[in-house]
Amino acid sequence: MGDDAMIVKLSDHILSPLGDGTEANYMAVREGRSALKRYSGKWHVPEPFVASLFDEEAFAAESSALHLESYTPFEQVLVRTIRAALENAHVDAASSKVVFVFSTTKGNVCLLDEHVSGFPQERVLLGVSARKVCAHFGNPNPPVVVSNACISGLCAQIEAMRLLEGGFYDYAVVAGADMQSQFIVSGFQSFKALSDEPCRPFDAARKGLNLGEAAACIVYARREKAQPEEWVACRGAIRNDANHISGPSREGEGSYRALKAVLAGFDAGELAFVNAHGTATAYNDEMESVAITRAGLAEVPVNGLKGHFGHTMGAAGVLETILSMRAVDDRCVLGTKGFEHCGVSHPLRLTAQHQSTDKRAFVKLLSGFGGCNAALLFAKGGGLCV
Amino acid sequence: MRIKKWLSFSPDSLSLNGETLGVVGGGVEMLHELYRRKVGDYPKFFKMDMLGKLGFVASELLLQSEDAPRFVPREDRSVVFCNRSASLVADRRYQETISDADNYYPSPALFVYTLPNIVTGEIAIRNKYYGETSFVVLEKFDPEQIAMHVAAAFQDPVCQSQLVGWTECSDESHWQCLMLLVEREGELDRHGLAATLERMFTSL
Repeated sequence: MGDDAMIVKLSDHILSPLGDGTEANYMAVREGRSALKRYSGKWHVPEPFVASLFDEEAFAAESSALHLESYTPFEQVLVRTIRAALENAHVDAASSKVVFVFSTTKGNVCLLDEHVSGFPQERVLLGVSARKVCAHFGNPNPPVVVSNACISGLCAQIEAMRLLEGGFYDYAVVAGADMQSQFIVSGFQSFKALSDEPCRPFDAARKGLNLGEAAACIVYARREKAQPEEWVACRGAIRNDANHISGPSREGEGSYRALKAVLAGFDAGELAFVNAHGTATAYNDEMESVAITRAGLAEVPVNGLKGHFGHTMGAAGVLETILSMRAVDDRCVLGTKGFEHCGVSHPLRLTAQHQSTDKRAFVKLLSGFGGCNAALLFAKGGGLCV
Repeated sequence: MRIKKWLSFSPDSLSLNGETLGVVGGGVEMLHELYRRKVGDYPKFFKMDMLGKLGFVASELLLQSEDAPRFVPREDRSVVFCNRSASLVADRRYQETISDADNYYPSPALFVYTLPNIVTGEIAIRNKYYGETSFVVLEKFDPEQIAMHVAAAFQDPVCQSQLVGWTECSDESHWQCLMLLVEREGELDRHGLAATLERMFTSL
């Protein structure tokens, strides 16, 4: 980072089955609510599954009220979260100083299904779909779509930080989203990665993950300094396990290296918590316990939010970042819904209940297929970002 | 920045560091033939999807030409790829396995390749690269945008070199592949990198 550049959050928004808005989602999590439900026969998937999905009729009615019928549901959810985030950012999205960075894994993949019609096939291309969303806001710049599996939401924020720090743009709109479909659910089922119950991150009885739909948006700006109550994205790192394309490294190599890179010179005692990926698959959570311990963070509280939203894929890194910021604002370490008894080899400071904190920084951690891992350090006020 | 090695590869031509290499056959068979002739010791290659095979073969040719020991664990090299179609070829293949309720056979071996960044992971595994791997999707080939992305990726202080790829594959017989080994130190600025990418793309 340049000596006098800080990447400051101007505004944010979450749109999920738990609510429309950061506050609505945060309160739902504080109250312990979850949108995870059991679905049977949906999308002709033969086996039942548990997921966090938008109510289709209500979602369509809300999008229709905003005249978004020419957009796919994936684009609608992006437009809606970006529009809401921009309302509080006081940024002219049509300016050439603003870049849009998207995060998604499967975008409009449902358009490959011949039963889905009404949209040009070309919109299955992520760049074309992203341009459609940018055009809604009159933004003239070519959009960047980060598609780095489950870590995309952190990669998109890291890309935005770099583009701002490098002086290429002054503002970045980071938006992550994924909508579920037969394609995604059947794929995860074929991997035997899905739990048939609400997921239980890090728990001894965990059986796998649940999928979720959501969109989330953060607007960042480059500033010379940050106000004490402003959130600063300090330092991010992406590292590979160099081990396996569909399973994490037993040593947590990539996550460990990413944590080490972002915490170099940082006093871990200043962290309110590590917000883990915590998918509730056997291998992911075990790997994270190893990586977090290796990084010297065994005494730092750890939490995971998938018990409320499921794994929201391209949205996860943005959504979980926003909720973590809001929790620190509220002096709260959110509990891990679904966690009861430690089920990982390296015990972490996990609890089901919320706890209080007076710390002003946290780390967000993610890992994904392709052996990729990302960590990002955030601090309030930026004084801790050195 | 400095461009240390470069490769351009289409179904019609293959050139490495400015020298034309011969290719045989077409489509995925061309990739198999190149693998057998130039690599040969990594049978996992045959499990990969089209995008994986393309990126893998191109990276092997490029890295073989680098005068440096291979397969030594390192964190200072990133694999930074981009394209237009993401993993569309694999997506279509997987979709075929679930479209028909009477012939429904979703395969994890196909599904895992429905993520474009898998190719960057394959290359990291092969070469023991613990550094950054990333995949971004663009609306079209845009040399200035790619060069900006590469320049930005050097903001990670650990990264000293990047394997940069435009690995576009729209079906099993069409692809565009530019691959460059770009080092941090050197006189080249991002506009110079963009100009090189543009020249290479035009001659594909």
